[in-house]
Order: sequence, then structure tokens, then C-alpha cells
Amino acid sequence: MIVRIMGEGQVEVAESHLPELNKLDDELLAEMESGDGVGFRRTLHALLEKVRELGEPLPDASLEPSELILPAPDATLEDVRELLGESGLIPPVP
Amino acid sequence: MSGVMKRMGMIFRAKANKALDRAEDPRETLDYSYQKQLELLQKVRRGVADVATSRKRLELQLNQLQGQSSKLEDQGRKALALGREDLAREALSRRAALQQQVTDLETQHQTLQGEEEKLTLAAQRLQAKVDAFRTKKETIKATYTAAQAQTRIAESFSGISEEMSDVGVAIQRAEDKTAQLQARAGAIDELLASGALDDQSGLAKDDIQAELDRLSGGTDVELELQRMKAELAGGPASKQAIEGGAAGSQDATQQQNSPHKFDKQ
Repeated sequence: MIVRIMGEGQVEVAESHLPELNKLDDELLAEMESGDGVGFRRTLHALLEKVRELGEPLPDASLEPSELILPAPDATLEDVRELLGESGLIPPVP
Repeated sequence: MSGVMKRMGMIFRAKANKALDRAEDPRETLDYSYQKQLELLQKVRRGVADVATSRKRLELQLNQLQGQSSKLEDQGRKALALGREDLAREALSRRAALQQQVTDLETQHQTLQGEEEKLTLAAQRLQAKVDAFRTKKETIKATYTAAQAQTRIAESFSGISEEMSDVGVAIQRAEDKTAQLQARAGAIDELLASGALDDQSGLAKDDIQAELDRLSGGTDVELELQRMKAELAGGPASKQAIEGGAAGSQDATQQQNSPHKFDKQ
């Protein structure tokens, strides 16, 4: 499964590692919903670290679409909320 | 999976699909546009063929009418030689009516010939435009494919989502649309400039003209009759009658030659 870390690039992670990543991902979602900024940052860094550790970076010239997307390491809780909001990262084309 | 990773992925994919639905594939649009232009070219070519067929049909009719006209003239001459002036008059009346038809058909023939030339020229110009569009289309398609690949490579570097390529699609789409419209406008201009879309109803005659034609036809019959009489009699009065009238130049020439023959004798 191909995962993009925004601002870093894509990595390929074996399906067998997904349950491990899912656990962190669920934690991240819970912290975002509860507004726990500190916990969110900590879990995001742990999740990104895990993805980097378990994944195989894809070459830059690779043209694979990402199946999962992760916020950049310096993204704040507000940034991610905004990304997941109505307008997303790039405002919709009228 | 219902976490942040999945939700972000879903949002980006949904956006990409939406943008693609809106934009379509510009390469397909270009190919479609090219197809439409080829169809237009086919129509113009069919138009040329139709006009050429009509022209040939007119030529056949003209030949037939001219044959009939000569036959009636001969009949008139014979009738007069046999002293049947009434028959000669009838033959010449019919011949005059035929001559009128011949004149009308000749006018139509000229018009059709003009149309044919214009359409042929329009088809040639359109062909050149379609050829140019095909070359441009292939260039745009290649550029688009390269730009798409570059966008996706850039995405890998920058980490910006698939969405960026959608913006590229929207821009490309706008450019293609412009090219498409320009090509279409050019093709329509060609057809208008060629006069292929003009109304042909100008050929129709009004009542007054028809009456005048009828009257002049009658005069021709009288003149023709006098000419034939003179031909048989060989008198000098005939020359005057012919020169004053609107008889065909060939007839007049024959008539002018005949007194010399008699003079020599």
C-alpha cells in the first residue's frame, strides 16, 4: 500500500503492517476530535516515524497514486482540521 | 480504517474525481473536435459532388434541347418550302419556346459552375485547416501528456496532492476549448466566404420579366419566319429584316453570305 507523507514523498508499506499503523491513526483521530493538540502532535510524529520505519521509499520519478495520505510532520491540529474540512487543502475550482 | 490517513486519502480522491468529471480528458476532446471537422469536410465534399452531378445533368438537358431546336428549325424550313406557312409558324413557335428554356438552363449552368468552383476552393481550404488542426492536436496532446507526467513527478517531490494535476487539467481544458472554437469558427468562415450558404432563389423570374420574354419570343418567331421566307425567295428585303432583329449571329452570317452567291450567278 502506497502512503504519502505530505512534504516528504511516498513510501510503500506492506499490508501486514497496517493494523499497527491503524492503531496510531485511530489515536490521532481521537486526539483531533477531542482537541488534544499536544497528544495529536506526539501521535502524528509516532505515526510518521512508524511509516518511515516500516515503509520503502518510492523513487521520486514514480507515478503511483497514494492510497493513504498523512499530514506533514509540522502540521498542527488546526491545519489537519482545515485539510479535512469542506474546502480541503486547495479550494474547489468553481 | 477510519482514521486521519484514510479520510485524507478519500478527500483527495473525491476532489480529483470531481475535477476530472468536470474537465473530461482534453485529449479525447481534441480527437472529438478533429472528428467533427472531418465530418464537416465530408459534407463540403459531398456538396461539391452534388453540384457537379447537377451541372452534368443540365449539360445533358441542354444538348437534348438544342437537338430538338435544330430539328424544329429544319421542319419549319421544309414546311415553308412546301408552302405550308402555318406549319412553319408552329414549328418556329415551338423552337422559340425551346430556345427560352435553353437560355434559362445556360444561366443555371453558369451559376452551378460558379458554385462548384467556390465549393471546391472551400473544400481545399478546409482540408488545409483540418490538416493544420491535426498537427496542432497531436502537439497539444503530447504536451499535455508530458505536462501530466511532470505534474505527477513534481507531486512526488513536493508532496502536494494529486489535486495539483487537476488544476493543470482545468488550464489545459481552457486552452483546448479555445483552439477548438477557433478551428470551428475558421471552418464556418470558409463556408460563408465561399458563398456555399447563399440563397439560390435569385434565379426565379418575376411576372413582368416572363411576359417580356414571351413577347420577345413572339417577335423572334416573326423575324425567323421572314428570314426563312427571304431565304427561299432570295430577295434583298430579307437582309434588312434580319439586321434589324435579334436573330442569332450564325443565322445572320449565313443570310449575309447568300446575296453574294446570287450576285456571282
